[in-house]
Amino acid sequence: MKYEILPHTADGKFRAYGETLEEAFVNAALATASLMWDWAKVEPRIEHSIDLRGRDREQLLVKFLGEIVYLLDTERFMLGRVEDLKIEEASVIRDPQGEADVPDHLSEAGSRLRLTARFLGDALSDRSEIYGAVKAVTYNEMKIERCDCAADSGDSGGSAGGEKGGYVVQVVVDM
Amino acid sequence: MELRKISDIIWEIPKQGEMKVPALIYSSERLLKDIRNDLTLTQARNVACLPGIQLMSYVMPDAHQGYGFPIGGVAAFDLDSGIISPGGVGYDINCGVRLLRTDLREQDITAKRKELLAEIFKAVPAGVGKGGVTKLSRGVLRDILVKGAEWAVENGYGTAEDLDRTEERGRMRDAAYDHVSERAMERGAPQLGTLGSGNHFLEFQKVDRIFDAEVARAFGIDAEGQVTVMIHCGSRGLGHQVATDYIEIMENKAGTQGLPDRELVNAPFKSEVGQRYYKSMCAAVNYAFANRQMITHWVRDVFKRVLGNAKGMSMVYDVCHNVAKVERHTVGGVEKTVCIHRKGATRSFGPGRSEIPAAYRAVGQPVIIPGSMGTASYILVGTKEAEERSFSSTAHGAGRVMSRHEAVRRFRGEQIRDDLARRGIELKSTNWKGVAEEASAAYKDVDEVVRVSHEAGLGRLVARVVPIGVMKG
Repeated sequence: MKYEILPHTADGKFRAYGETLEEAFVNAALATASLMWDWAKVEPRIEHSIDLRGRDREQLLVKFLGEIVYLLDTERFMLGRVEDLKIEEASVIRDPQGEADVPDHLSEAGSRLRLTARFLGDALSDRSEIYGAVKAVTYNEMKIERCDCAADSGDSGGSAGGEKGGYVVQVVVDM
Repeated sequence: MELRKISDIIWEIPKQGEMKVPALIYSSERLLKDIRNDLTLTQARNVACLPGIQLMSYVMPDAHQGYGFPIGGVAAFDLDSGIISPGGVGYDINCGVRLLRTDLREQDITAKRKELLAEIFKAVPAGVGKGGVTKLSRGVLRDILVKGAEWAVENGYGTAEDLDRTEERGRMRDAAYDHVSERAMERGAPQLGTLGSGNHFLEFQKVDRIFDAEVARAFGIDAEGQVTVMIHCGSRGLGHQVATDYIEIMENKAGTQGLPDRELVNAPFKSEVGQRYYKSMCAAVNYAFANRQMITHWVRDVFKRVLGNAKGMSMVYDVCHNVAKVERHTVGGVEKTVCIHRKGATRSFGPGRSEIPAAYRAVGQPVIIPGSMGTASYILVGTKEAEERSFSSTAHGAGRVMSRHEAVRRFRGEQIRDDLARRGIELKSTNWKGVAEEASAAYKDVDEVVRVSHEAGLGRLVARVVPIGVMKG
């Protein structure tokens, strides 16, 4: 099981799993897309490079999933696949103006982690079947934890990762 | 959580631990069952811990769990010692609702209601990824962020009277675009004049009950069967991005240590970051006002085209549901200016307040409370008592009780459409799954919500309207 959608009174909530943090992030992106369309049916015609920074893993995840929302609104881009996702420690970049408090689409100061990935997908058309819109990614009930429940390509779910361990991330998105 | 019962409709979480003030919940036993089911009360308690909070952390009868603050949460903060928080406003800044009245009667539109709905559906872009009529240039967008609905009227979308009957006259004067990010601009540029998706809707309705004829008349509501139009939408991607940006900016500035919930991140109101958020939030509020103003214009156009004229179509009022404002209130017998956060709550000024249109000043401000899809909506009037009881605030809608996921499991959009059709209500949507998500059974009983508002004196019943035609994003 790559991810599961959980009940939430007002919005969208899911848990995504992975043997590594990177894989859990990829599955979180697919879970986010699954709330809006069937990502498995999206042709990989268009590519977007993702390169962003965050002060911690939670912020990195909010910003990463926020890219899906941003690209939908501005490019009408529907995500189908995530490739080459890497998370690494970034050297802290000091903003020359000393503005250490702006988000990294304005400045990259103070950020400790860097995420790079490639989004593959297609442009939204009148024929696309859309279920709903994710409008923002929140920190509400967010969890990024080690677990012994790594993603499994089968549909058995549960503790497929066994003692090897893995990661689970839980996210609530505004819909 | 321990609740102290004050009356059948008022409950208190006494001040304890880190709380600076108690929390006060306006709710009946019945609504409280749902409120207790999620994190609403914990979130109300967390809000009571924030610096500079005045009197109480309030919970409205339609409350449910939000991010940081509950939806249906109201809190006022001292301007010097208090804070401003994006989580206290919400992601959809100035999500709100406006009501138009007409001189038409139900029978005037019965034969044409399908055509009316189909034409509105064509005129008002809606749904996921649906852009507006044009992609705005940066210059025009900046103008809109500063001027709000005034920009729309200056450009031919509506009348000066529309502005007069909009909260803040459709323009928050403290707005500035300098600190609205490029990303927020990019998301906002293609979306102006669109309804969006989720719980947003456009309805034409009929008045089906008048509770207070005198106040109703002042609002232009004079008879049962009178046709009204309701528009419910917000600031689209632009507002969501402003919220997202400032949550990040504030946590990078202040860190997240000691916050019981990361979405409660905040900044002192008078700090540089606090002011930057406030001015950007005002800009997003203005975007939403302009958005609803343009949609209003298209609705008028469609009525004129389909019926020959839009007989007497004019604004009753337009209210914000997600906003932070600087307002004067009496706090402990002393008049003072506070920064009030209303998140999923409606301002409900009583008679005499200078902020409300002269035409309504003798009776109080119209409060518009949309129900869920296919159910009744209500017109209430603000009260003097609300000033002491909730910083002039009341409920904003029905409030969800069932997850979208569960609603989709239980209901089918097409089935809902057919059920509504049997009750004489036309429904059109871009997305049947979205319709299932918004099934009225997924919401609290709006009748009970407004009953509590009325009995608690937060906003009194004036009239009830029911849908004839519903357009969903």
